[in-house]
Parts: sequence; structure tokens; C-alpha cells
Amino acid sequence: MRLVSHRGGEIRPTRSVRARVALAARLSLSLSHTHTHTHTHCAGSMVVDWTEAERRAVTYVWEKIDIDVIGPQAVASVLIVYPWTQRYFGAFGNISSVSAILSNPKVAAHGKVVLNALGLAVKNMDNIKATYAKLSEFHSEKVNVDPDNFRLLADCITIVIATKLGSDFPPDVQAAWHKFLDIVVSALSREYH
Amino acid sequence: MTNLSVKEKDLVRSFFTQVSGKLDEIGHQALSRMLTVYPQTKTYFSHWKDLTPGSEPVRKHGKTIMEGVKEAVNTIDDLPAGLVNLSELHAYTLRVDPSNFKILSHCILVVLSMMFPGDFTPEVHVAMDKFLTNVALALSEKYR
Repeated sequence: MRLVSHRGGEIRPTRSVRARVALAARLSLSLSHTHTHTHTHCAGSMVVDWTEAERRAVTYVWEKIDIDVIGPQAVASVLIVYPWTQRYFGAFGNISSVSAILSNPKVAAHGKVVLNALGLAVKNMDNIKATYAKLSEFHSEKVNVDPDNFRLLADCITIVIATKLGSDFPPDVQAAWHKFLDIVVSALSREYH
Repeated sequence: MTNLSVKEKDLVRSFFTQVSGKLDEIGHQALSRMLTVYPQTKTYFSHWKDLTPGSEPVRKHGKTIMEGVKEAVNTIDDLPAGLVNLSELHAYTLRVDPSNFKILSHCILVVLSMMFPGDFTPEVHVAMDKFLTNVALALSEKYR
């Protein structure tokens, strides 16, 4: 597997990076990620049907959260819970421990970037595929992110939101939010070839 | 199998002690969310009269699931050995596709973070995620 640095140049993996990548592969193989492929709308054409309740639920969540808080926490979570994702953040300075990650200003800034981009999808729920075409290409060609990582980040975003909203995040709202993130992940994965 | 460090096992055990008074509610919520957010999981429960959140079968089964998780915490030092009976049950009788373990694990984490926001620190999050991953792997042991 070819590894590239965040600047796009090829890097020789250290043993620890190879070990982390191999671990990620083992985990993916033994626990397949069917929950990104559960909805028919994730197949090829990506025609999405939103019920009114689903639209309301997604907007409801979006209006309730502070993206300047959720974003940093979600990105910090993904770096902590799935440490192999740190491979993409070599330029972020010290991310060598939980406390370093939680206090790292570049991690926090990136969290805000990610959630602001998610806001584009909230505003364009009927056209997420087109909205993210350029971002997908960017993640594929420039940043070389394994699209599996989008699913990991989506799970962390959901958990951080659940922590904040508590009982304001009932099962039917979670279902709509999950469907929304599923589509976002699919759209971001789309331009990979 | 992702190895849990001594510190992570301690975190799992102490966090589980903190939440142990609410196991029934955690199980009910987690199962309700799994059935609602991932409707394909309902295919395993076609024999139930009622799959809606709050119904008797959902509450009862949520409790059963968390009793299994509690057993796993008690045998955290050797999960494949500790969960061999449950693995055989899932492999030969229930025949649940192992991909669903990850789905339920995610729902359990969502519920834990909602119900215990102050205690669900990033360190607890990663320890619990690793633990539930290991539980899933141990449950998959007897499949083939």
C-alpha cells in the first residue's frame, strides 16, 4: 500500500505506521462496515428521498449544536479512538497523547473546518452529491484519505452530538441524522477511483 | 484482537461500575436505536409481536444483552474463554451476521455518551470501543 504524506509526497512507513495500518485492515475485515451500505439511496444513482420528519430532524440537530464545540471534539475523538487516523495530520504538531490532542489548536481549527463543510450538506440536503464533488476529489487526490475514515469520523460526530444533546437525541432523530451522515460519507467517497 | 492495556481494562471496569445501576435502561435504549437506525437488524426479530421502542420484548432483550456485556466485563482478561457459550449461541443457534455486532456496539456507545456525558471521556470512549470490539471478536470465534 502506497502511503503519502499530507503534502502529497510518498513516505516510507515506519514500523508503527505499518502496524497501525495493518490493524485497521484487520478490524475492517473482521467487522464489515455494513452500516454505511444499509440504505438503497447509497447505491450508484444516489437519489435521496427525505421525509419531512427527516428533514426536520437533521435541521433540528444542526440548530441545536455549536459547531465550534462539536467540531473540535469530534476530530479530537477520531484521533484518540482510532489513532491510525493520525497518519493524515503530521503537520498538526503534537498529537502524541490524549491531552496533546485535546489542547492542540490545529486539531480544533480543523474540527471547525469539517463542521462548517458539513453545514453545506445541511443547506443542500437534496444535492449533497454535487455539493461535495470537489471536496471528494480533494480528499482522494490531494489528501489521499482512505474513505473508511469518513465513516469513523461520522461515528465520532454522532457520539459527540449524543453527549451534548442527551435526551434531545431520540432514536428517530438519530436515524435521520445517521441517514444524513451516510449520504455525506457516500458523497465524499464518490470521486475516488 | 486489539489488546487492552491494564489501564484500559481498569477504565472499562470502573466506568461499568458507574453505569451498573442503569444497565436495563442502557440495553433498552441501545436496542431501540439499533432497530430504528439500522432497520435491517429487525430481520432477526420477526418472531416478536412488537419491535417498537418501549415494548416489552425490546425492554426484555435490552436487559439480556447488557447482562451479556456485564459477563464480558467480568471476564475481560480472557474474553474468548469467558464468552465461549455466548459465541456458540450466536454462531450455531442465532446465526447473527457478525457485522451487526459493530452496529450494536456503536449504539451502546451513543447511549452511554448520552446518559453519562461527564464520565464518557475520550479515554473511556477509546477503552469502551476497544472492549466492545474485542467482545464482538470473541462472539465471532465459533462462527467458522
